[in-house]
Amino acid sequence: MSRMRAMVIDDSRAMRMILKRIVSKLNFEVVEAGDGQEALDLLATMNEVPELALIDWNMPNMNGLEFVTKVRAETRLREMTLVMVTTESEQSQIVRALAAGAHEYVIKPFTEGAMIEKLALLGLVPTGANS
Amino acid sequence: MTLSAQDFSFVSTLVRKEASIVLAPGKEYLVEARLIPVARQLGAASVGAFLADLQRRPNTAHQRRIVDALTTNETSWFRDREPFTALTDVVLPELVRCRGAQRRLRLWSAASSSGQEAYSLAITLTECLPVGWSYEIMGSDISTEMVKRAEEAEYSQVEVNRGLPATQLVQYFERSGAHWRVAPSLRRNVSFKLMNLTTPLPPMPPFDVIFLRNVLIYFDVATKKEVLRNVARLLRPDGWLFLGAAETTIGIDDNYERVAAGRTSAYRIRTAAPNGAARRG
Repeated sequence: MSRMRAMVIDDSRAMRMILKRIVSKLNFEVVEAGDGQEALDLLATMNEVPELALIDWNMPNMNGLEFVTKVRAETRLREMTLVMVTTESEQSQIVRALAAGAHEYVIKPFTEGAMIEKLALLGLVPTGANS
Repeated sequence: MTLSAQDFSFVSTLVRKEASIVLAPGKEYLVEARLIPVARQLGAASVGAFLADLQRRPNTAHQRRIVDALTTNETSWFRDREPFTALTDVVLPELVRCRGAQRRLRLWSAASSSGQEAYSLAITLTECLPVGWSYEIMGSDISTEMVKRAEEAEYSQVEVNRGLPATQLVQYFERSGAHWRVAPSLRRNVSFKLMNLTTPLPPMPPFDVIFLRNVLIYFDVATKKEVLRNVARLLRPDGWLFLGAAETTIGIDDNYERVAAGRTSAYRIRTAAPNGAARRG
């Protein structure tokens, strides 16, 4: 079976490294982008769309919410599973992100186990991958 | 027993160094609750004795067990998923067929720890029961602190990240400062009691479903028998018992039979004597 691909979108290099380490362990191939616009530009060059995107909210050029909205509007990117990974923790923000089309929402700080559980909820890793 | 300041400091320094997790003062009960099974499994008389020995004679493997107990084994929402799926797909439809007269279900989260399992059950029932039905969930735990925490129903950001879908977070929780609190609509159906499962249990109305998961593994066979006997008295004759994935009644208590429930197994009270029971009698 071919490896699934994940796109990690965060303006913090350290956070991209943390997320990359987690999803690499789950056998994802990882591509990185520093903001929403860079991610969209990268997606436009890719033949195969990544199955998963982990998206920060607050980034320069294009924030995570705008990125989610744009991805949802594009038929070619319809199959991507979108997970917000952010310090934005207000209930209203979570509701906004879900309404815009995010599938899941992880609030920073998070543990590796929590991230894996969220991905299991989305059917991207087997249940129990964390145990 | 509560941890000494020195023991707590030793554990919190270790966990901070190894897992970047900060255990603030006041979390002594949490540390102790998590380390009780570790100390037992490693043959120590108590958590205090285990930690004293470890401080005298450092042991990397044992230190790792402490870190694991305080991190990866954290209680999750909808832990292990399958029992909750079985509840939704198999158990609740059958109970709804059989309890049409009462239209009310009683569930027990035995060893409820900080309450995530009990509230996960409440979310499941809220979403799955037909209109006009009601439910009551009792959680029980041996730790006063855990019962208090579960009643408070307040969880940190880190805790609500664990296995709880974002849609349910925004639907069934409300912000409480930096934390999240279970909404009153769920809380009013859930209560918690201090209870030791190895001693005779107080009289209570029986339950339709009992979740007794990851409890028996910590007991010897005689205690497992005692706990299962106590629980059987509180399970309705057509009720369902869920154990942890590594637990079973087989070879311990023949009054139960294992049945398939979706992709997992549950246990029910046998309606007839087990094979060979009459001959043994």
